Amino acid sequence: MDIDREIANMQGATALPRKNGELIFSEPWEGRVFAMAIALHDEGAFPWEEFRHRLMAEVNLADCKSDPAPDYYELWLAAFEQLLLKKGIMTREEFECRKAEFASGAREEVF
Amino acid sequence: MSTEHGHHPAPLSDVEARTRALESILLEKGLLTPDAVDKVIATYERDIGPLNGARVVARAWVDAAYKKRLLTDATPAIAELGFGGRQGEHMVVVENTPTIHNVIVCTLCSCYPWPVLGLPPVWYKSPPYRSRVVIEPRKVLQEFSLELDEAIEIRVWDSSAEIRYMVLPERPAGTEGMTEEELVTLVTRDSMIGVAQAKAPAARV
Repeated sequence: MDIDREIANMQGATALPRKNGELIFSEPWEGRVFAMAIALHDEGAFPWEEFRHRLMAEVNLADCKSDPAPDYYELWLAAFEQLLLKKGIMTREEFECRKAEFASGAREEVF
Repeated sequence: MSTEHGHHPAPLSDVEARTRALESILLEKGLLTPDAVDKVIATYERDIGPLNGARVVARAWVDAAYKKRLLTDATPAIAELGFGGRQGEHMVVVENTPTIHNVIVCTLCSCYPWPVLGLPPVWYKSPPYRSRVVIEPRKVLQEFSLELDEAIEIRVWDSSAEIRYMVLPERPAGTEGMTEEELVTLVTRDSMIGVAQAKAPAARV
């Protein structure tokens, strides 16, 4: 898919973190949220540009805030949440409620 | 995930809880299938990575006829294994021998055999590598901890938009009994760029 190449070659502030050229996920959730955005894009839910713009906005916002700067995938996660809310794919209540269930341990499995 | 009987799972961090919430909502709504996410991760880690090239190398090591096709006309030989460029780059594979060592570079920009080697390492795109490997390849290779005998000729191949090179490293000694699948694990990205040798079997974990 051409999108893979496009994603892999994102430049500047939105460029994927690399070590020696290879993608790095320091924790499993980073890989999950990274892949979720791409998988949902592959399903045709949104054009990649739309996500990239949101990611860029998060990066710029983080630059204005005081340090420590959030990790790249925290910004990716925030951008993805915003996109899903904006697109009406989920509601804020739905998200907050589900998040609380996972945080409290009431829910453990994603499906 | 790790919920064995009698064990309380470790509390999730905020970002973990948010990520799981998103995944569970997307699955519940049928927008993603359970294995779609795994598949993307696997693609990025494996398929769009140096493993494609490693498969090509291992096949050439065990199959003399394939190796001949690969060195004669690499693009269709690589396509035989299901890998190919999307922009129709022409692939050329250069073979390391006891007397010749090959290394690839793109002096103009960062042309790279993407379909077989995945994402280019940062140093590959750096101006110092691009200029110095042409001028003083032996020294640059030493900096990669690759000491080559003075008698070995070093050939530097400059990639372009039309031609992408890949190095066929020498098959390491002591690998006679290994299967093709096992050999794949010895082939590193750096060995296919030419800044390293394939791993010795002992080094494999």
